[in-house]
Amino acid sequence: MEDALLYDRLQFAFTITYHYLFPQLTMGLSLIIVIFKGLHLKTNKELYNKAAKFWAKIFAVNFGMGVVTGIPMEFQFGTNWAQFSELTGNIIGQTLAMEGMFSFFLESSFLGLFLFGEKLLGKKLHFLAAFLVFLGSWASGYLIIATHSWMQNPVGYEILANGKFVLNNFTDLFGNPWLLPSFFHNQMASLVTTSFVIGGTGAYYLLNHKHKEYAHLFLKTAIITGLISTLSVAFPTGDLLAKQVATKQPVTLAAMEGLFESEEGAPLVLIGQPNMNEKRLDNKIEVPKALSFLTYQRWNAEIKGLNEFPEEIWPTNIPGLYYSYHIMVGLGTVFIGIMILGIWFLWKKKLEKYRWFLWILLFAIPFPYIANTAGWYTSELGRQPYLVYGLLKTVDGISESVSAGNTLFTLLGFIGLYLVLGFIMLILVGKMVYNGPESKLKTH
Amino acid sequence: MELTWYIILCFMLVMYIVLDGFDFGAGIIHLFFAKTEEEKKQVMRAIGPFWDGNEVWLIAAGGVLFAAFPTLYASAFSGFYLPLIMILWFFIFRALGIEFTYLINHELWIKPWQKGFGISSLLLSLFFGVAFGNIIRGVNLGGVEDGLTQFNNHYSFFTPLWDESFSPFAERPGVIDWFTITIGLVAVLTLTIHGAYWIILKTEGDFVEKLKSKILPLWIVLVICITISLIAFVALKSFNHEIFSQHPSMYLLPFIAFLSLLGMLFAKNSNKTWLGFTSSTIFIISGIGSAVASLFPVIIPSTNSIVDHLTIYNTSAETYGLEVGIIWWVIAFALVLVYFIFVHTVYKGKLTEKHDHH
Ligand code: HDD
Ligand code: HEM
Ligand code: HEM
Repeated sequence: MEDALLYDRLQFAFTITYHYLFPQLTMGLSLIIVIFKGLHLKTNKELYNKAAKFWAKIFAVNFGMGVVTGIPMEFQFGTNWAQFSELTGNIIGQTLAMEGMFSFFLESSFLGLFLFGEKLLGKKLHFLAAFLVFLGSWASGYLIIATHSWMQNPVGYEILANGKFVLNNFTDLFGNPWLLPSFFHNQMASLVTTSFVIGGTGAYYLLNHKHKEYAHLFLKTAIITGLISTLSVAFPTGDLLAKQVATKQPVTLAAMEGLFESEEGAPLVLIGQPNMNEKRLDNKIEVPKALSFLTYQRWNAEIKGLNEFPEEIWPTNIPGLYYSYHIMVGLGTVFIGIMILGIWFLWKKKLEKYRWFLWILLFAIPFPYIANTAGWYTSELGRQPYLVYGLLKTVDGISESVSAGNTLFTLLGFIGLYLVLGFIMLILVGKMVYNGPESKLKTH
Repeated sequence: MELTWYIILCFMLVMYIVLDGFDFGAGIIHLFFAKTEEEKKQVMRAIGPFWDGNEVWLIAAGGVLFAAFPTLYASAFSGFYLPLIMILWFFIFRALGIEFTYLINHELWIKPWQKGFGISSLLLSLFFGVAFGNIIRGVNLGGVEDGLTQFNNHYSFFTPLWDESFSPFAERPGVIDWFTITIGLVAVLTLTIHGAYWIILKTEGDFVEKLKSKILPLWIVLVICITISLIAFVALKSFNHEIFSQHPSMYLLPFIAFLSLLGMLFAKNSNKTWLGFTSSTIFIISGIGSAVASLFPVIIPSTNSIVDHLTIYNTSAETYGLEVGIIWWVIAFALVLVYFIFVHTVYKGKLTEKHDHH
């Protein structure tokens, strides 16, 4: 039982972490492509169309990977979390089924038309196809986050005598106060990734003295969207989401911040290592009273520490949670710094001159992926030991009939398969970037 | 409400099999019959714009199953754990085989993806048939051994991949035995013919003639497999006449299946290219319809006498959810129809090289 639980969790964690590497880029890219297509429609400049096409190729490969790794996610609720599915299917079955019906059909129908139908459709319809793909992918994000928000903050349900969670208010499901902050935070974070990918590509071309026209377009687009998204990831969306955590899962907030004792005027910890034996933070550097202010807008507000809560409901992996959160916020701060520098250099037309900055942009590409993953680990580790916060324990959600050995076998299978796919995918995207926006090679 | 959702679910699954079925068939044809690079491209061309949208019917049907019949979803997906996960792996190869093949123009890159696409289409068709065979045969719900259930949840079971004897009559038959394999072959052959008729419908040239000449042998083997599986099915379980004797009009379903099976053979000589694809479509619908109707209202029969069958009534979600669900489902479905018609209008008629993506 213990082993089975461990492997079920590892398999879910591995496959979802991997899956999310792709949608975080495609959701952002679909928006950027719409912008390029729109500019093309308005100005009739071929540059924008070619730029849209170039990113569409990279979009297509990532989308393909998103689809093939997404299907195992959908199936895993039934295969590995059968009790969870039977108990909560009344509720999260709805949002997941809606995702299939409303967004996956939309995306998959119009993606083909967008990628290959430019001549058949004409300019305006082609723009429309791009727009519908964007709509589909954001709707998909919205519905999956609706599902997730219900697990973090269950609403609109009642529990029957047999333990089943039953929906009794559909509007509450979508009026969940957790949902909008989480959705916008997530979408902005996905734009952060996209901005860094586009910016890094532009920087790479400039450093190589290739495709200069495109490089400037990419850098400009990336720095503008990057500045907007990095700022809004922190404020207002990150802040609003943190307030949800503070009110609905105060024990999680305390663990994220590494706050062992309740404090009035609680400090914001910048650096420090949770010491679980002594129940304190080692080597800390902190900003006095800042946490209280950020959470409640009062410098002396009281923030509850872990000591106020029984240990059974403490998140199960406090150091993991604490580090994930600090990695996300720390990187978020660095990103803001980079983008502010970027906008300054863009304004002063100094981008080409400050090659060190281009190097920074190039090497920054992996970091938004790390920040996104860390953010999701904050959410997921923060919810432990529950699957449905406060109501259903993770242990009680697994499939009774699937043994540890079987899950270990499939977990190893997924790891092997995904490693190979990741390698192939890097070759493909690398080749596309290397060939550049003028290349004749088409997708498919 | 349960009945409405059951019809919706069956409708979506049948849509999936009809639509993605021709993609699988095309994959099998790609593997066995398309010899030259030209022929291979022609196969890809016939499914290129459609396959991704077709696959979504499965994902959406999975979602609907989860929402409307959560207990069934939990039961079947955990019970058939290993075969399902393997199906997922084959899905990955098939999809990437379609998408990635022509991205790098080098033989060492193209060949493996082509094989990956063909082989996974073949195995997927086989596995879907095998899964269907398992469901109509029933499973050991509750994991009963010596008169006692092993699991707390009545819906739980676990089926190993196979039993040494490969016999469907074994005490604890596996997922794979000669009965389910036969059903698997029925699926493979049906979908191959279905795929062939799709290619005949959507493309032209010598290859189309070549495919027509393959229909007869495929059809003969199909009829043999169907006969074996019917005999085995009757031997395996006392055939449930209930629904048929209550509603004699239900006999129409197997009758239509029989007619369309004949249609699948004779359409090859007709110059109405839609006839063959229509016949195979009707055959799939009425064939599955007959099997499903013979079980109704049971969905997964229990092979022991201790745990009840899973039916549409004891696995469904509660009424409120089912009722709101209908509202959004109808809206979403209307939209899906619009997309579907739009895509098929843009790509109407024969697809030629100018529709190629490479
Ligand atoms: C580029 C990625 C990225 C960056 C820079 C940030 N975040 Fe974030 N954050 C995410 C990406 C992310 C995420 C992966 O997208 C999460 C997981 C769930 C969600 O909705 O968004 C998330 C979740 C998440 C949560 C919810 C944790 C929970 O559910 O328990 C909070 C409180 C914050 N974030 C707060 C912040 C703050 C105050 C930031 C200030 C800089 C910040 N995030 C930057
Ligand atoms: C892409 C972003 C996501 C990432 C990176 C992520 C990460 C993780 C991780 C690391 C775990 C294991 C936690 C643990 O066992 O300690 C987990 C578990 C889980 N997550 Fe997520 N998750 C993501 C999104 C989601 C969403 C959107 C849902 C809901 C629809 C979800 C549902 C679950 C479930 C059901 C489990 C299994 C139970 C558990 O171990 O808690 N996850 N996820
Ligand atoms: C943060 C969490 C998630 C987000 C934002 C997200 C978003 C997306 C998006 C935008 C796509 C479209 C493909 C792409 O653009 O790459 C996609 C694909 C998919 N996702 Fe996720 N996803 C998340 C987690 C999950 C989870 C937990 C599941 C499991 C239910 C899941 C199931 C799927 C499926 C089945 C597909 C394939 C759809 C298709 O065929 O078009 N996703 N996801």
